[in-house]
Amino acid sequence: MFKYFPHTKADIDSMLKSLNISSIDEIFHDVPKSVVFNGDYDVPSFMSESELRNHFASLSKKNQELTLFSGLGIYDHYQPAVINALTQRQEFMTSYTPYQPEISQGTLQYIFEYQSMIQTLTGLEVSNASMYDGATSTAEACFMACAVTKRNKVLLSSTLNPNIVNVIKTYLKFKNLEFDFVNEVSGSIDLDDLKKKLNKDIAGVIVQKPNVYGIIEDYDGFSELIKENKSLFIINSDISTLGVLKSPKEDGADIACGDCQSLGMPVAFGGPTLGYLATEKKYVRKMPGRICGYTHDLEGKRAFVLTLQAREQHIRRSKANSNICSNQSLMALYVTIYLSLMGKEGLKEVNNLSYQGAHYLYDSLVKTGKFTDPFKKPFLKEFTLETTIPKESIQTALLENGIFGGIGLDVFGEQYNGLINFTVTEKRTKDEIDNLISILGGLS
Amino acid sequence: MSKVVEGLYYSKSHEWVKVLEEDMVLIGITDFAQSELGDVVFVDLPDVGDTISQEDEFGAVESVKAASDLVAPVSGEILEVNEDLIGEPELLNKEPYDNWLLKVKLENADELGNLLSSEEYKEFIK
Amino acid sequence: MINYNKMIFELSNKGRVGYSLPKEIFSDYNIEQLEDSLLRKEELLLPEVSELDVLRHFTNISNKNFGVENGFYPLGSCTMKYNPKINEEMASNGAFKNLHPLQPSRTVQGAFEVYYNLQKYLSEISGLEEFSLNPYAGAHGELVGLMVIKSYHQERGDFKRNKIIIPDSAHGTNPASTVVCGMEVVEIASNKRGRVDLESLKSVLNDEVAGMMLTNPNTLGIFENDIVEITKLVHDAGGLMYYDGANLNALLGKVRPGDMGFDVMHINLHKTFSTPHGGGGPGSGPVGVTKMLTKYLPNPRIKKLDDYFYVENSGQALGQISSYFGNYLVALRAYAYIRTLGKENLSMVGRYATLNANYISNALKTAYELPISGYCMHEVVFNGLTNKDNDIKTLDIAKRLLDYGMHAPTIYFPLLFPQSIMIEPTETESKETIDEFINIMHKIAIEAKEEPEKLKQAPTKTPIRRTDEVFAAKMMIFSYKDYIEYINNRG
Repeated sequence: MFKYFPHTKADIDSMLKSLNISSIDEIFHDVPKSVVFNGDYDVPSFMSESELRNHFASLSKKNQELTLFSGLGIYDHYQPAVINALTQRQEFMTSYTPYQPEISQGTLQYIFEYQSMIQTLTGLEVSNASMYDGATSTAEACFMACAVTKRNKVLLSSTLNPNIVNVIKTYLKFKNLEFDFVNEVSGSIDLDDLKKKLNKDIAGVIVQKPNVYGIIEDYDGFSELIKENKSLFIINSDISTLGVLKSPKEDGADIACGDCQSLGMPVAFGGPTLGYLATEKKYVRKMPGRICGYTHDLEGKRAFVLTLQAREQHIRRSKANSNICSNQSLMALYVTIYLSLMGKEGLKEVNNLSYQGAHYLYDSLVKTGKFTDPFKKPFLKEFTLETTIPKESIQTALLENGIFGGIGLDVFGEQYNGLINFTVTEKRTKDEIDNLISILGGLS
Repeated sequence: MSKVVEGLYYSKSHEWVKVLEEDMVLIGITDFAQSELGDVVFVDLPDVGDTISQEDEFGAVESVKAASDLVAPVSGEILEVNEDLIGEPELLNKEPYDNWLLKVKLENADELGNLLSSEEYKEFIK
Repeated sequence: MINYNKMIFELSNKGRVGYSLPKEIFSDYNIEQLEDSLLRKEELLLPEVSELDVLRHFTNISNKNFGVENGFYPLGSCTMKYNPKINEEMASNGAFKNLHPLQPSRTVQGAFEVYYNLQKYLSEISGLEEFSLNPYAGAHGELVGLMVIKSYHQERGDFKRNKIIIPDSAHGTNPASTVVCGMEVVEIASNKRGRVDLESLKSVLNDEVAGMMLTNPNTLGIFENDIVEITKLVHDAGGLMYYDGANLNALLGKVRPGDMGFDVMHINLHKTFSTPHGGGGPGSGPVGVTKMLTKYLPNPRIKKLDDYFYVENSGQALGQISSYFGNYLVALRAYAYIRTLGKENLSMVGRYATLNANYISNALKTAYELPISGYCMHEVVFNGLTNKDNDIKTLDIAKRLLDYGMHAPTIYFPLLFPQSIMIEPTETESKETIDEFINIMHKIAIEAKEEPEKLKQAPTKTPIRRTDEVFAAKMMIFSYKDYIEYINNRG
């Protein structure tokens, strides 16, 4: 017997008897003999629960939990205890996509609340119920722009995080769509180059704020130019920063997208996180993914349902704009609980505390004379410096002290040689920051 | 039993064509089409001035459980779009033959010959 | 508290907080020092509530949900098996969940070991060479698998192979993924036995075929017993075979996709390998391939040299399809599941799942129309009631089940029958639970005859009753802001 199989010998016998067969294997009589797998898989033998705990304990020892001064899309923000307590509830965790609204109001309601929160943060009219991650949501935004404009090419800012660019490139390549890059000038997208490259083939322009360098780009004049060209303006943002920074709507965006990891999720070795996607209602039918809407039941009670499903793959099949079938629902619950707890004041405070720590670190590092700022542009919680100290020395010295930070941007390619990223969230204490400064100050 | 109006032309993709005068026609969807779809919640139509061509998709009709592409029964230039349907798509359920989708200037009146008569269409949807 | 009826925004009270943040230390700095033109002007519509408000709100709405631990969840094609608690405990380990994905390899050897070994186990279970755990979900896996197929043909300069054959019984994601991958769909009809029709297949095979996607057992829960012939035909025509792993649970311990001749596949870890569905995600859709295709798997990859694990980004790869290593913590749960079952118990999963499904099929086939006779695999598809009087639809049956405290099966899929009811019991359900389900289904069949109104009105015992979906689609109220506007306009 095994704990996940409730079948006793007597159960099996009586079930077989009802089927008039003598062994379970007879059910498989349709399977050609040549493909039947005989014997055991070459995987280890079963483990008891305590053996499994021991096994994971020994695996854990091969990992190092570090004090994180690292960002580039994945941030170490504070996670309230309430999030774990609630997301572990089996009613949320083990249920399926809410196809039966009568017994799924819990999921549907938090999705509606999630959409409401993304709506207010981005300023755009409608958010879907979430995508896989920030990179794939941006790739889907490119598809959307092509579908809306019936054009085949997008312009990507050179200051996008290369992880996002790489995913977009894969998606576009296979769908036979094109792209080109808009140059950067001192760490920000170059408006003049954008002007040159906009033409009637361009479906959308994709920019990122804060960008790969942590710089808060200024999009003054962008949206007018892009709209005049009948293209869509797509802004990718670390959503947490939208608590204080100009919203995509205020910047004139048609589509807002990005990752929500910074809203209550662990760094989780990169996943699961959640990608958000928001747009104006006039484009909603070209938007991928689930959407939850408000309605009522036949007694007039407030109710929430999945709506506009006729856009989706299970109905449209090959004519659907996207193949996405799931959402990151449970991660949307993280976001909803986090933003419920933080409220608008808490979110501002998180950003302010991160800003303060990051700027203190920035000033201190520049003061050592060993780091310089090649850009001198506004930033929030992450920034990029240049240094002549080899990045290996930085990393080794920090790791010896239990710190991960000062990531060499050249992990994304040679064009970033010599550039180092630092990120400070509200979790980093003065002691931790001072320690980092003194370690780096001692290097040469 | 779905209603089929005498004197109209019909396509196998369930659009109807009503000839107003010489080269001017109205295009709509049939009673059969609306009953198959169920409650229509959205109609996606092209713009005035656009052209449509026979057998090409020109828009879509959507209900809560299905979406159906609209296929042009004839070719021509769009003179008018029925704006009432944008706000009240359910009109297609109520009176599919009164609530036309497009008014079109025919490019080639011979194309009408490729369509079904009301009798043929009745037979087709049986 | 089943009547709890508030949105979180409606609990808001200005000045209330639900968080505790560190004290300000570096008060020389302030975010207001940023240029005003960079700052947000528009007011944020976020709630201001206490910690206990939040706990009560979400606990109360959770009670309007139905989870696997509430009761029987026979949702066909979804494999709603029990999600073990120990997996959750393992995934909450800080030594995994607090790792930054850019940390140097030497600091994450344990995490890489889990990734590497899980892909090894999946390869063994599937009879394939190598897996990437990066795809985020089943549909994402399909897309990546098709990218592998396209890459294979294009690298050989065979650019005209751009068609993917898909049976009409397939999940909607198959054709949708094909189009997203920039290829064309060729649909073929099923035969009277609900299987791929070999003649139809032969008639579409030519030098433009890139491959064929197949679920086996198919979406009718039936094993494609011509599978050897099918894969041979497609291979002979120069195409590759894609295995949609949606129904892999049936075959666990019994048949390996690689042995049937499949070249590429995805696995839904949230189905076969017990990770929670999460109300729609996060899932995980690892993609596996045969040896000749491993070079195309997406970046980044985890490789092993002696006892050291490292990241490889290959120029031959189809590209990158995720920011990092997919839904890593989901994969970690699947790893815990496989280690818990071990080879001894893994081999029993498919057997118990199919036994349960056949037991149901046999017990219900008098009251419900079984369109395809014979043994099913892990799930069974009925076409509504046998007795079609009283115009009782599959929807009514599904809704009535909710009143009896069970989740509804999948309905109106597959599309081959007008009144499809798709029942998948999984191996974790006991004979008692299944007997209770069978009794209820019989009771419903009797009600359909004697008290049809009861079914048409169902459900009546759930937190809400049937919903107005036309209103939702037409009004397009997608946010609390929309809701407020709607209420104000209504007056």
